[in-house]
Amino acid sequence: MAISVKVMNRPDPEHTSYLRAALSGMALTFRHLVNPTKVTQQYPEELTNLSPRWRGTHRMEVHADGRPKCVACGLCPTVCPANCIRLVGGEDDQGNRYPIVYEIDEFRCIFCGMCQEVCPVEAIHVGQHFENAEYTRGRFVYDLDRLMEQDHPTTLLWDPSDPSSE
Amino acid sequence: MGSLQPISGPWALIAMSLKVTIIFGVVVVVVAFSTLAERRVAAWIQDRRGPNRVGPFGLLQPVADGIKNLLKEETLPATASKAFFVLAPMFVLVPSLVTFAVIPIAAPLPTPAGVVDMIIADIPIGILYVLAFSSLAVYGVVLGGWASNNKYAFLGGLRASAQMVSYEVALGLSLITVLMMSGNVTLTEVVWQQQQLGMWFVFPLSLAFILFVVSAFAETNRLPFDMPEAESELVTGYHTEYSAMKFSAFIISEFGHMVTASALMATLFLGGWDLPGTWDDAFWHEGQLISGFAQDGGAILANPAWWKTVLTFGGFAVKTSFFMLLYMWVRWTLPRFRYDQVMALGWKVMLPTALAYAMLVGGAILVLDELGVPWGFWYGLALTGVSGAATVGFMFFLDRGRTIIGAAGQSRQKVSIMSISQPAPAGD
Repeated sequence: MAISVKVMNRPDPEHTSYLRAALSGMALTFRHLVNPTKVTQQYPEELTNLSPRWRGTHRMEVHADGRPKCVACGLCPTVCPANCIRLVGGEDDQGNRYPIVYEIDEFRCIFCGMCQEVCPVEAIHVGQHFENAEYTRGRFVYDLDRLMEQDHPTTLLWDPSDPSSE
Repeated sequence: MGSLQPISGPWALIAMSLKVTIIFGVVVVVVAFSTLAERRVAAWIQDRRGPNRVGPFGLLQPVADGIKNLLKEETLPATASKAFFVLAPMFVLVPSLVTFAVIPIAAPLPTPAGVVDMIIADIPIGILYVLAFSSLAVYGVVLGGWASNNKYAFLGGLRASAQMVSYEVALGLSLITVLMMSGNVTLTEVVWQQQQLGMWFVFPLSLAFILFVVSAFAETNRLPFDMPEAESELVTGYHTEYSAMKFSAFIISEFGHMVTASALMATLFLGGWDLPGTWDDAFWHEGQLISGFAQDGGAILANPAWWKTVLTFGGFAVKTSFFMLLYMWVRWTLPRFRYDQVMALGWKVMLPTALAYAMLVGGAILVLDELGVPWGFWYGLALTGVSGAATVGFMFFLDRGRTIIGAAGQSRQKVSIMSISQPAPAGD
């Protein structure tokens, strides 16, 4: 395959004018100087519009009575490519399985969203949220209660404008 | 009007202390805020907002920067020449702040005890004092670069000295025309002669103004002439090894030089504190504060007032701010020159032009004096014509690639990208 070289058709230095170029540059920067439209987003006051498919901090869906929807089937720790989910399942008197320990290490997580895809009862979700700074490393391991407390919108894994992708 | 005497006695001492404190304080505060202004202007030019978090509109940013720099760790390179390394920032900082002393900032202020001149030291050597002290600052830069024992810092210092020497020549020669016009080196007299001429020197000495502005940019090491710093080539040049408050001292002095140079340009070419009209004119002439001469040669006494002082100070501040803005505007527009281009511009363009222009203006003044044209509007207009023609000629000469071609253009070689042959398309 032939290498294509882009030839810049620049005028020969004997025929370029520094003065005119400098003055037109000054005019350009002055127009930008007085232009009131600025591109900076004033972040803490002005929040980013996240995509509905943004995969961020996890959240655990809860039943109306406050129990987690998770049935401790063990699919999410199995599918997790980063191995960041720790699940210890248990069973109550009625034979319902529930998680005794459910922890997600948000540091190890790569936010691929496969836990949400694989979950048979739509319990664990990735969410449209990214502000999870903490002062200690330990705080990045989210336990079950903390996952249930999260109240940000969950992620749609498909494009809402295209139903066929669902 | 017995009160129209210069202030004297113990009151003079008090007035002097107040003036020194206030003017020095104002200069330091202006320097601090110009670091913020620089960042805001940079941001606006790049369609950003700039620092607006600390205090209202980011106005406390310089304070935050100052606290940060005071609390930072001082570094001292093990192989540095310690005494000079510590001395260098002081060598730079002091000249940049003391040069403001000879610049008149407003019309004289009348007080019950006498008239106070709005200038710290109206010394007879005036502009020479500024030149002497601004030249001293380069010693600090060279010393800092050398004492760091760092090759980049050393190259920065070396470049600074070469550049300062080169452009000081053009600066001095363009200044000569101003001194020929005003007939004296004190800046109060420069302002007075502009008031008498009825127009600011920027018109009758337009080419000198252009040369002076360009040389002043080079003298203050601002882009497009920031050879001594040149981040992309020399890390940060002469202050590479400096940190914390020592580094800050270099930055403060850079902005201090900018403020002084802006005030100087405003004084020399835009009439200093003079505002249009003759109502604010004032000058000490043979012990009397006069505002002009009558037709018969008699002096017209000036009528100073506090509101005139305030208004003229406002005018001076606006003119100085204009040059500060120009400094920042140019910095964020023009890319840095190559080193050989800086030298070529200094020695091959600025120096001969300044020399020829000084002779032209000298000749024009001689002719006008011989013809007996009185010092006034028509005198200025005639010189404006001469200078305008010289400026247009200079611009015409400069217009076609003579400043930036540098090495490639001077040998008349066709070094354009067109002459590099394209590789032939591969066969298969």
